[in-house]
Amino acid sequence: MKKMRIKQHTRTNFLTYLGVVAAFIIMNALSANGSLSRSLTGQLVPICCYMSMAVSLNLTVGILGELSLGHAGFMSVGAFSGIVAAMSLQSLIPAAPLRLAVAMLVGAAAAALAGLVVGSPVLRLRGDYLAIVTLAFGEIIKDLVNCLLVGVDASGLHVAFNLTGSKTVEDLGMQPDGIAIIKGAQGATSTTTIATFTAGFILVMVTLFVVLNLKYSRAGRAIMALRDNAIAAESVGVNITKYKMMAFVTSAALAGAAGALYGLNFSSLQATKFNFNTSILILVFVVLGGLGNLWGSLVAAAVLTVLPELLRAFSDYRMLVYAIVLILVMLATNNPTIKTFLNWKSNGKEAA
Amino acid sequence: MKKFFGILLALAMVLSLAACGGNGGGNDAPANSNPPASTDNNQPAAAPSGSAFKLGTIGPLTGDAAIYGQAVANGAKIAVEEINAMGGAVQFELKSEDDVADGETSVNAYNSLMDWGMQVLVGPTTTGASIAVADKVSSERTFMLTPSASSADVTAGKNNVFQVCFTDPNQGTASADYISANMAGSKVAVIYRNDDAYSQGIRDTFVSQAKANGLEVVYEGAFTADTSTDFSVQLTGAQSAGADMVFLPIYYQPASVILTQAAAMNYAPTFFGVDGMDGILTMENFDASLAEGVMLLTPFSADATDARTQNFVQAYQAEFGEIPNQFAADAYDGVYIMKAALEAAGCTPDMSTADICEAIVGVMTSLSVDGLTGQGMTWGADGAVSKDPMAVVIENGTYVLP
Repeated sequence: MKKMRIKQHTRTNFLTYLGVVAAFIIMNALSANGSLSRSLTGQLVPICCYMSMAVSLNLTVGILGELSLGHAGFMSVGAFSGIVAAMSLQSLIPAAPLRLAVAMLVGAAAAALAGLVVGSPVLRLRGDYLAIVTLAFGEIIKDLVNCLLVGVDASGLHVAFNLTGSKTVEDLGMQPDGIAIIKGAQGATSTTTIATFTAGFILVMVTLFVVLNLKYSRAGRAIMALRDNAIAAESVGVNITKYKMMAFVTSAALAGAAGALYGLNFSSLQATKFNFNTSILILVFVVLGGLGNLWGSLVAAAVLTVLPELLRAFSDYRMLVYAIVLILVMLATNNPTIKTFLNWKSNGKEAA
Repeated sequence: MKKFFGILLALAMVLSLAACGGNGGGNDAPANSNPPASTDNNQPAAAPSGSAFKLGTIGPLTGDAAIYGQAVANGAKIAVEEINAMGGAVQFELKSEDDVADGETSVNAYNSLMDWGMQVLVGPTTTGASIAVADKVSSERTFMLTPSASSADVTAGKNNVFQVCFTDPNQGTASADYISANMAGSKVAVIYRNDDAYSQGIRDTFVSQAKANGLEVVYEGAFTADTSTDFSVQLTGAQSAGADMVFLPIYYQPASVILTQAAAMNYAPTFFGVDGMDGILTMENFDASLAEGVMLLTPFSADATDARTQNFVQAYQAEFGEIPNQFAADAYDGVYIMKAALEAAGCTPDMSTADICEAIVGVMTSLSVDGLTGQGMTWGADGAVSKDPMAVVIENGTYVLP
């Protein structure tokens, strides 16, 4: 029985990887022979970012069992630090793929740091404080970026905090050849877009690899144990804060990398993009895909990102139809018959 | 614990649906303020016979800034109908897409228009979205003429992106110049939204030009999207600083709140807005009499007596049941500018999007177009338009020249 169970989850993991690889190959083949609509082609990178966001949030919400309402905040940290890194390294690293990789690493590191700062006091507490603090974190990041002025010239980076609202890019004191990277409320408006679908694919694979391996590692067992019963886990010597931090910071770092890719896909990005609605959107991906169910997150993220575009035929009513579709899917997945079917199919995998 | 968690998640879902609904229906009046306009924005206007240029517009047809996007879609529709009725060499087929004023959605809307076969683009409507789309059109070589995205970043470094409206720096400096020339010695307060590219951009140029002109800025109050429902702090600040002129480089929704609250506290300075203020008179649930005496900088006045403006206003009123604002006029002009450019470049509808783009870019800087929003509009290679801004004052619910 035990052997059987391990086999089951290994198989699901393998199928998840396989599905992502297959989707990547199919999309590439389709776009190579030109049968993919531009509308879908343009959404490939954002879909990869949202997939990665959903999987990483699933680590916090589904596997760790803590509610995070500010995941877009980590995306924002990653996006803007990634943009700053990519723009300022333009002359140093002329190869765009390498620069993108560095930017995503910088984004991940910055978001991990933010996760550490947010998590270290809050994750010591019992209860739903994380939801409240992450909610506030998302708002604070938005306001901080609105105050941030960053520019780069030959002599290096120039950073100023526009706390009074009276400073402009001119106050950075850049040389005439300098470029303004982040202009406060106007956001990043002159980003060189270097994001590619391949990078998005690699990001999704790395995210899956990290989260799946964490989930089925010794640490992952400890994380799920403390999700199910913190007191029991503590009584057998699981260091609660340590494992909570491990899951939360990993989740933040992956969100940061996704944010960096997202930021480098658009030439203009404002901090208001990463508002509460975006956090909730990602939470919806996770809930709709199933808590702890990673392939579910992937599918939900892809479908719910493409759906509003497919509904353009409904013109002004498309977001209304979108909401109705969401409700119907929720009802369907909570239908006892379908639930039994799904449980039967994934029996053992979610035995926890 | 588990139950509580479940309740929280349920709450999150409800909130998210509310958020979706917010995107869909708009959080208040603007989206529904003109139902006749919103019913068939998506349908190609008229069905021109044979070959026509496929012209796309992009703007927020739903959501917070829907008044602008719908005005652009409607204005373009009227221009296209007129041009098709005249039956010249250049005929258009029109399609308008919604972008909810968001960069990502706007790029999606652009891609979906390209799937439709769009050859020239009049849009997007808002600044942030336009910057994102401008980058795409620049690398993919689609000709883009934005009716109303006013930041200089939209056109910077792209030779195939042009504007119909003034740039933000232009609006800021023109406002400061106008105030110092006509109301010298006024003490100015500025209330602006510091998480918005448009508002912050105009504020920056206004304050620096005001300084250069020796105009006294006695108070500056900032707000964000989340704090745009109460302005008592900013208004009290402006009042106690002795400001007799309040400059509002913001959109009309927060401006309506400011006007209401200022009236409630008996503070009556001169309010001076820019083009974002346009639309305040048609806003639902707002007492338009509060806007009496408000000045704004706009290139278009629906009360102008020339025949073209009168015809446009009549056609617009007949079709959509309201007085057109500046955005509608910008889009109307945008379509006519596109027509003039296509004619000057000698384009035919069977040309590819990229060929049309290169052909128009070649003639754009030598073009001079008379429109509703300016006579003899010309363009520099940087994409910015040169025309004169005009200050108007609201009297008896209409714009008149002061």
